[in-house]
Amino acid sequence: MRPFKTLQKLYDEESQVVITEKGSPPRVLFHGENFLQEDLPVGTRVIFPRPPLAGVPNVKAAIRYAINNPEGMEPLHALLKPGMRLTCVIDDISVPLPPMVTPDVRQTILEIVLELAADSGVDDVHLIIANALHRRMTEGEMKRMVGEKIFDAYYPDRYYNHDAEDPDGMVALERTSHGEEVSVNRRVAESDLIVYVNVNFVPMNGGHKSMGTGVSNYASLRHHHNPKTIRASDSYMEPKTSALYKSNERIGRNIDKHLKVFHIETALNNRMFGGPTDFLAKKEEDYTETDRLKFQAMRFALSKLPRAAARKVLNSVPAPYDVTGVYAGATEPTHQKTLETSYKQYVVPVEGQSDIVIFPIPFISPYSVNSILNPLLVQVMGLGYFYNLNRGVPLVKKGGVLILLHPAYDEFDPEHHPSYIEFFHRLLPETRDSMKLEHKYEREFAENPSYVHLYRKGNAYHGVHPFYMWYWGENGRQHVGKVIVAGAENNHVPALMGWDRTDTLTEAIEEARGFMGRSATISLLRIAPTVMVDVK
Amino acid sequence: MSSKAAFFDVDGTLVKTNVVHVYAYYAMNRGSVLGIAGRTLSTALSVPLFGVMDAVDRKTFNEFFYRYYAGLSEDRLVTIAEDMFEDVLQPALFEQTQDLIDQARRSGCKIVLVTGALDFTMRPLARHLGADDMIANKMQFVGGKATGKVIPPIIEGANKANAIRAYCTKEGLSLDKCHGYSDSASDYAMLAVVGRPTAVNPDLRLRSIARAYNWPILDLK
Repeated sequence: MRPFKTLQKLYDEESQVVITEKGSPPRVLFHGENFLQEDLPVGTRVIFPRPPLAGVPNVKAAIRYAINNPEGMEPLHALLKPGMRLTCVIDDISVPLPPMVTPDVRQTILEIVLELAADSGVDDVHLIIANALHRRMTEGEMKRMVGEKIFDAYYPDRYYNHDAEDPDGMVALERTSHGEEVSVNRRVAESDLIVYVNVNFVPMNGGHKSMGTGVSNYASLRHHHNPKTIRASDSYMEPKTSALYKSNERIGRNIDKHLKVFHIETALNNRMFGGPTDFLAKKEEDYTETDRLKFQAMRFALSKLPRAAARKVLNSVPAPYDVTGVYAGATEPTHQKTLETSYKQYVVPVEGQSDIVIFPIPFISPYSVNSILNPLLVQVMGLGYFYNLNRGVPLVKKGGVLILLHPAYDEFDPEHHPSYIEFFHRLLPETRDSMKLEHKYEREFAENPSYVHLYRKGNAYHGVHPFYMWYWGENGRQHVGKVIVAGAENNHVPALMGWDRTDTLTEAIEEARGFMGRSATISLLRIAPTVMVDVK
Repeated sequence: MSSKAAFFDVDGTLVKTNVVHVYAYYAMNRGSVLGIAGRTLSTALSVPLFGVMDAVDRKTFNEFFYRYYAGLSEDRLVTIAEDMFEDVLQPALFEQTQDLIDQARRSGCKIVLVTGALDFTMRPLARHLGADDMIANKMQFVGGKATGKVIPPIIEGANKANAIRAYCTKEGLSLDKCHGYSDSASDYAMLAVVGRPTAVNPDLRLRSIARAYNWPILDLK
């Protein structure tokens, strides 16, 4: 082990940015269902997530305080009237990642809200999961999210998934000033009061997106889930620079004009790993000998497991997130508070962009909980989510190189992602042009009766969802000059994606330097936990 | 006007029955005590044979099976078809069948049933589901009595694909945009000929074919 004095000079303990030196330890990097341990070239800038903020000492008290002292609205108890129709709309399983240890904060909020509703004589209560065009949550997942007591009392008649394809289940409100269609779930539209129960995992969540997207349908979503809007968005994580958010804002304001929506938003900290995997949140410089041993043991065990089993193991470890803030009331002032807390946890200021940026891709994404991170989802993690984890200026320079670390295996989950399979194997060989894909094929997939059936009756993402995944990577794709997937186990997946592939990260860096020049600057976003950059 | 159609196999795909149930119903409604007894007995005795033949070759099965209609009057067959729909087919419809048909219609498809059953037995079902058209076998009648022979070509297996192709040409539909739904590997040709095939409650062989070709699989309940 290196002497402590040597280690200390290598980095500033308070800083989340570490410049790699000759004696820097190798980095522990996610690579799908396992990890790589890689030495990086001297001078590589490594950007670490911030340590977890302290959680609120008493979550129930924080919720009660928020709903009694809301932003821009009367307290919740004053809005509840005997005999009224109340609908609680709840964020789905796509947040947080991995799912949090029970009780989920949504359960805690609902326990308080439902008790208050009962005390106020409100009996007509429905709980609707705001899954939009995401897959329906399974019975087991629904039970885990709200707890057994609420589940038993409300499921299945009064606790269910939103169905965007129910021909009688949607109501169209007036269009926005930009002509965007605004459709919401009928039960929601016919309620006297809506309580939106949010988990704000990244700054993109919450605010007007909650109602504008969560209980909407294809007709409405296509106005902002399209390549043009995504190209016009500098970052999805910064409302000021996001055309996607602005469209949701117009739609959301329309909804607020017609419906009474009381938002309860929660911010979480960065405590993604607990117990035996807590070392993953540390800088490698801070690893103890025990941490190193634990890492090697975990890496060895995962390498010996079949991938499906490794996935199962990793998915079964919930995250011990703490709640760092609870805010309630009208959409905009509430979300503003949430964003402030969220940025405080995630944002790391960095000086300047880099020519080459490395993104380790983990085993999970918002769209693959208890499922497979298929090639389209690898793409959306790299070019969509991670690329956009900034406040308007991306970490990688225009024309720079992105290196993704993932095996890029050709595996799909036919139960959750049936339309992704057709998109990948039939459409991508023809074109990767988002505009062409949208124009030629989007509606066909959206209306395919088999995909609609699987979305409504099974647990499949909507037929149009793979298009959204492809569009999600559009601003990243337009910005970067090259994408290399390091450690890819085959040639055809990177080829269909339009990426280069290498066996190792070292080879990928060599290739990237060949493209950008020997003096190219390199940054590694050492994700997960979540980290977002503020490039100065 | 639609430029595409959704072609639905019926037995096992939209309803839980197959042609054996239909024939058994006719046998039970032969009209005379002796007739009922005779046909019921012969049907019962033939069941194991039907099973083997169906598993081996659907075409031989159908040809063999339709001989059992010989001698039944056309009027009687049509009348019984209505009762048979109410007693046999309607209760056997999968709960989600109508949703799937409605969705296909909403997406702009003509609804066409494609079945190896006889057309008069399927007409009430087609009406109930709101189907626009039907490709089915036609019984030969001489002097108002069924001969037990089906007017060729018999709609089954590869011929279903030919019939669908011919239908699309006649109706000006784009085969590539059409959807096909079936439960059985014996309908592989029908599924392969359309641009958008889907396996519904598939048997083991079709499930494995669907997985290999990345066709969606629906489990209708």
